[in-house]
Amino acid sequence: MFRTHTRSPRQSRNTGRRSPLATTALIAVGLLFTGGAYAAFSTTTASAETSHAASAGTVEEGKKLFQANCASCHGLALQGTDDGPSLIGVGSASVDFQVGTGRMPLQAQGPQAPVKPVQFTDEQVRALAEYVATTGPGPSIPDESLLQADGDAANGAELFRVNCAMCHNVAGAGGALTEGKYAPALTGVEPVHIYEAMVTGPQNMPVFNDANLSPEDKRDIITALKFTQENSTVGGHALGSLGPVAEGLFIWIFGLGAIVALTVWITARSN
Amino acid sequence: MSTVTAPADTTKAPAKKSGGFTAAASNYLDERTSISAAVKEFGRKIFPDHWSFLLGEVALYSFVIILLSGTFLTFFFQASMAEVHYEGSYIPLKGVEMSAAMASTLDISFDIRGGLLMRQVHHWAALLFVASIGLHMLRVFFTGAFRKPRELNWVIGFVLFILAMAEGFTGYSLPDDLLSGNGLRIIDGMVKGIPVIGTWTSYLLFGGEFPGTEIVGRLYSLHILLLPAMVLAFIALHLLFVVVHKHTQYAGPGHTEQNVVGYPVLPVYAAKAGGFFFIVFGVVMLIASLFTINPIWNYGPYDPSPVSAGTQPDWYIGFADGGLRLAPSNLDLVLFNHTFSFGILLPLAVIGIFIVAVMFYPFLEAWITGDKREHHILDRPRNAATRTAIGAAGVTFYAVLWAAASSDIIATHFSVTMEGVIRTLQVLLFVGPVIAYFVTKRICLGLQKKDREIALHGYESGRIVRLPGGEYIEVHEPVSDYERWKLASHEEYKPLMIRPNSRGKITVAQKVRAGLSRWFFEDRISPVTRTEIESSHGDHH
Ligand code: HEC
Ligand code: HEC
Repeated sequence: MFRTHTRSPRQSRNTGRRSPLATTALIAVGLLFTGGAYAAFSTTTASAETSHAASAGTVEEGKKLFQANCASCHGLALQGTDDGPSLIGVGSASVDFQVGTGRMPLQAQGPQAPVKPVQFTDEQVRALAEYVATTGPGPSIPDESLLQADGDAANGAELFRVNCAMCHNVAGAGGALTEGKYAPALTGVEPVHIYEAMVTGPQNMPVFNDANLSPEDKRDIITALKFTQENSTVGGHALGSLGPVAEGLFIWIFGLGAIVALTVWITARSN
Repeated sequence: MSTVTAPADTTKAPAKKSGGFTAAASNYLDERTSISAAVKEFGRKIFPDHWSFLLGEVALYSFVIILLSGTFLTFFFQASMAEVHYEGSYIPLKGVEMSAAMASTLDISFDIRGGLLMRQVHHWAALLFVASIGLHMLRVFFTGAFRKPRELNWVIGFVLFILAMAEGFTGYSLPDDLLSGNGLRIIDGMVKGIPVIGTWTSYLLFGGEFPGTEIVGRLYSLHILLLPAMVLAFIALHLLFVVVHKHTQYAGPGHTEQNVVGYPVLPVYAAKAGGFFFIVFGVVMLIASLFTINPIWNYGPYDPSPVSAGTQPDWYIGFADGGLRLAPSNLDLVLFNHTFSFGILLPLAVIGIFIVAVMFYPFLEAWITGDKREHHILDRPRNAATRTAIGAAGVTFYAVLWAAASSDIIATHFSVTMEGVIRTLQVLLFVGPVIAYFVTKRICLGLQKKDREIALHGYESGRIVRLPGGEYIEVHEPVSDYERWKLASHEEYKPLMIRPNSRGKITVAQKVRAGLSRWFFEDRISPVTRTEIESSHGDHH
């Protein structure tokens, strides 16, 4: 929801550059639209109460969307079915993560829900999240202030190595788990989704609640991830950050390949 | 530039009187060192010209590049595991506690001008070094260049390959980053898995419990002192043998077991080789400036608790890592209160046997074939079908082990399960080489048959002619004498006969040998003989 919230003003700023009034008006509309939720949010606590002042209209829209798209698997009362787990108490963060990364609605049963193009607009995602959040308390969407990637990168990198690298690889390149499951690469994941992944622990990922990693620690981790992403090219092309395997393949195929081509050229008869 | 068969006449006239400074200087030198005799002798060596003969040179040049860039790195690297707080310019590690080795490597990467480039040149050149040795070895193997009198030089070359891997591994471990630390941890585990002496050996290596505070310093001594000295010594020996034995050559008109056809070292070959050095240097430079290698800043300092997903060694150690990954993990055996980890011992043994088999292959083959002649003309791989098939099986075996080292990356990138990859590779490790053996052998024999056809009856020209009788035939064009020489000049081998020894007995060894020899040679296509060629002359269809 906050994601949406910041986006709308950004967009409006772009379109309404010529008239400051238009910008203000649009922000006002945006604020109105998202309701008082913005103000109601304090920094997240993992067990955040989610019965904030969600407008009845949004919840109603979320409910409709849910019944149309999700209930077949998660049940009309979110109680869960054979095809999907119960969503009671998973919190708005979980919905925002699952739907906002395109994982939900699930299309085919597999070892793991893959990331797909997102199927809903930001408003719809928010509506779904709010609707699910009304059914029970759970982790909520984090506050913008934790998502600016402006924390302590050194602390974050260290926490990442200790808590995340065994699954996601130390450079965030992703890694294999058992039975076809995998921890995805973390390049290009939005800060809000990184945060939500930590508080909700999707599938095989453990939950990192605020007792494990404080909100500031999470912010630092996001900072570190964003830093490495933006600076990954210090030494040239990173070859997918896959480490020695990529490097070995590269030297055999391109390095030695080029050299062999040159040896052939050098020994080719000039006549 | 012409090809010479006999040693070229490069004799320089004795320094002329009016030669200016250069002549005077060289005269001065020569009178005191008699170096001209050596230069003359070496300069008249003939090297044949074929691209595959340059692969060893690539290895040599990569080694020179490694020495140059490595020397640069020693100026700034601190081989110490003393704890420091990093204060360099890489933000995500600022203030983090790490060893001086890691901190100085980060400084080389971020704060020393040209340091990162030199690091990358050094590391890429190291990968190229081992890879080019590997390719060179494959060339030597598949062309039979290891046969008498060059068996010892094969062993020397193979020792160089092992030394190169050791150089690589010690270097990889020096920065004391998370990735290499994980690698050392695996080595530590392997050492500790050896019964009886394992734990003590590990303590000895690491100067106490892993990781200790000694290992980087020790690896450094090996990496910049002992191993390079050994590599240099073995390279010298290797090249000395090349000069003594003279270079091998491919079959061709005028190429015999007694001569070498090619260019003299001076001036043609030396000029080409010198130029080639700069080409190799250029390629390494280009790669190093465009592609990251070993970004230790992403990995962070070593700390025994975190382990990263996707931890791999450099490619040349991959086959050993793959062996560990493929070994079943439930093979621990408890005997006399000791645990024997066959999950470690088994791959160690298999890899050990593989290495020894490759190292002594020339002697094995010589014993099986009973061939005691010298060979200076190379085999075309197809004409030594069994050897080529054995080689293909070996390559497959190695490739499967190698692929296993990246099983996790295969799993994520091809969306398959990890268990599936491992199980498939386990099966392939045994089935793959067998399939490769038979397929290669059949292909070789097929190619031999085709060569025979072409030598006798010429190429299919694609021209269909109708004879007066109504019959259609395809016209075959005869091959040139040049071509035919290539196709028909190889020797024929036959299996050894069982012969009683001096006491009139047939030993078991003799029987085994005869059996092996039969296996080696039983499927064969006889090469074309002169009479066959002559009798086939005239009827090209
Ligand atoms: C085809 C069946 C299916 C559909 C349709 C579906 N889901 Fe799911 N959903 C699953 C399954 C199975 C899981 C559990 C495994 C997983 O997370 O991939 C799941 C997990 C979730 C979770 C995570 C639960 C947790 O414990 O954190 C959320 C949130 C969720 N779904 C929301 C939705 C929403 C919202 C929709 C509609 C837009 C939706 N799902 C549509 C099958 C489905
Ligand atoms: C036990 C292994 C494990 C650990 C430890 C782990 N993760 Fe994950 N992570 C996963 C798996 C598995 C998924 C995929 C879940 C899914 O697809 O629903 C995932 C997904 C994610 C995603 C979503 C990526 C995307 O493409 O949308 C982010 C972000 C993430 N993890 C961050 C972290 C961070 C940060 C940590 C450390 C605090 C961490 N993870 C620790 C296994 C792990």
